[in-house]
Amino acid sequence: MLAVDGLTCGYGRVLAVRDLSFEARPGEALAILGPNGAGKSSTLMAVAGQVAVSAGTIRFDGEDVTTLSPMARCARGIALAPEGRRLFRDLTVRENLIVGGYVRPARDTHAAMERVLDLFPRLKERLDNLAGSLSGGEQQMTAIGRAMMAAPRLLLIDEVSLGLMPKNVDICYEALDALRRAGLTIVLVEQSLERVLAMADRVIVLESGRLAWAGTAAEARGNPEVVRAYMGGAAV
Amino acid sequence: MIGAYEITLVAVVSINLMLALGLNLITGFCGQVSLGHAAFFGTGAYAAALAAGGLSLPVVLVLAGLVACALGLLVGVASLRVREDFLAITTMGVGFVFLGFVRKQGWLGAEMGLTDIPDHGLGDIGFVGLCLALVAAMAALSWHIKRSWMGFGFAAVADDERTARTLGINAAAYKLAAFVIGTFLAGVAGAVYAYFTRFIIPSAFGFTVSISILTMVIVGGVGSIWGVVAACVVLTLLPEFSRVINDYKLLLYGALIVLTMRFAPGGLAGLVRSLVARRSTGGAP
Repeated sequence: MLAVDGLTCGYGRVLAVRDLSFEARPGEALAILGPNGAGKSSTLMAVAGQVAVSAGTIRFDGEDVTTLSPMARCARGIALAPEGRRLFRDLTVRENLIVGGYVRPARDTHAAMERVLDLFPRLKERLDNLAGSLSGGEQQMTAIGRAMMAAPRLLLIDEVSLGLMPKNVDICYEALDALRRAGLTIVLVEQSLERVLAMADRVIVLESGRLAWAGTAAEARGNPEVVRAYMGGAAV
Repeated sequence: MIGAYEITLVAVVSINLMLALGLNLITGFCGQVSLGHAAFFGTGAYAAALAAGGLSLPVVLVLAGLVACALGLLVGVASLRVREDFLAITTMGVGFVFLGFVRKQGWLGAEMGLTDIPDHGLGDIGFVGLCLALVAAMAALSWHIKRSWMGFGFAAVADDERTARTLGINAAAYKLAAFVIGTFLAGVAGAVYAYFTRFIIPSAFGFTVSISILTMVIVGGVGSIWGVVAACVVLTLLPEFSRVINDYKLLLYGALIVLTMRFAPGGLAGLVRSLVARRSTGGAP
């Protein structure tokens, strides 16, 4: 499904990710862990096309998408729910969702929105509220819903639980779990180790932009090497 | 009966409204700051002045809009390579290039402009009706666009172009569409101006016109249709009723831009929204 090989990317002369290789298989949830500055978000953004790749390749369903625009990747089935949600504040929840479905035919919009509202029933009562007026949890639900409007086959999601109340984190993870069970491939970046290991099938841990550990979520649980890398090399 | 003065007021307010609604599409809806709107206004006026002798009024109006939006498309394509404040400078440059060009063209009357533009043939009341109908149509078009898929796309590009691209939105196409529609409206406004004054000179399309229209959009609230309409009517009529304001019009406009940006970035529309929100929450912070 997603095969990243020798990825090196960054911002100008500053490299955030170096020679990173990993893959996400169809229908699995892959978690990218690591301390702040490890290159997790940069990796997701490189896959989505928001960060220029200086070396390596990104293949999606066998096609090399390394040089494709974010728009072209979205059309091929790669969707991103970015860090900080980045909703369009002056649009309502409904309008944000509609915009999320622009890569699909207009006739599919209604059905896609119904699926999103089934996933997050709480958004039904917020449809006509401006996105800027939502709580953090509702914003995250809208951001995931907006990404799902494009009917992606690969969902990239950055910092699911950041700044959210535990109840809202539960709602978001239940939705992601339902999507994964329905066959969606998910690559997520997360700070909460416990949450992500409960949901993910496989885990990769980054340290200073390089791959530090890779394995299944079961292998990662209680693994001191993973915990050490996750904490940024600090003693546990 | 309405007199010549009232007809002049309606025409001037209407022309400014058409320009402000067009600029609101570009700057307000799609977030592209343009400081050269007068160039598109002037392009429409010159096109209309040249075509009015041989074509009917409706054809001239459409033609003027098309010629202006052809220039808008050109500037829009160039604008795809520049961002935000650089776009403002680029469009300002377009305004100066336009003035420099027409001032040196004999076939455009050079500094003396074009005179003896044919009468519109509608009579005074008919012309007032045309002005009001065009403003109503442009306001309705703006409202329709804002509530449509295109308006949502404009808002997404204006708010966060990078995220919009990640969602598969063709930001370049939306920016071009905003430029083309907004400059078409400016071109039509130019044609109405040419028919109204029946002579045009380059200085009527100078930088101060662009700034005046931008002031109306900013004070009204970028992106708000009713806010821009209200600000445009008030700011156009104020100098008519006060000689002092007329003498210091540019000073007033400049001060209004500074005050709006500092204390009420949402403009008139933003202030009203805040008041309504405060009332609905019972004054709670």
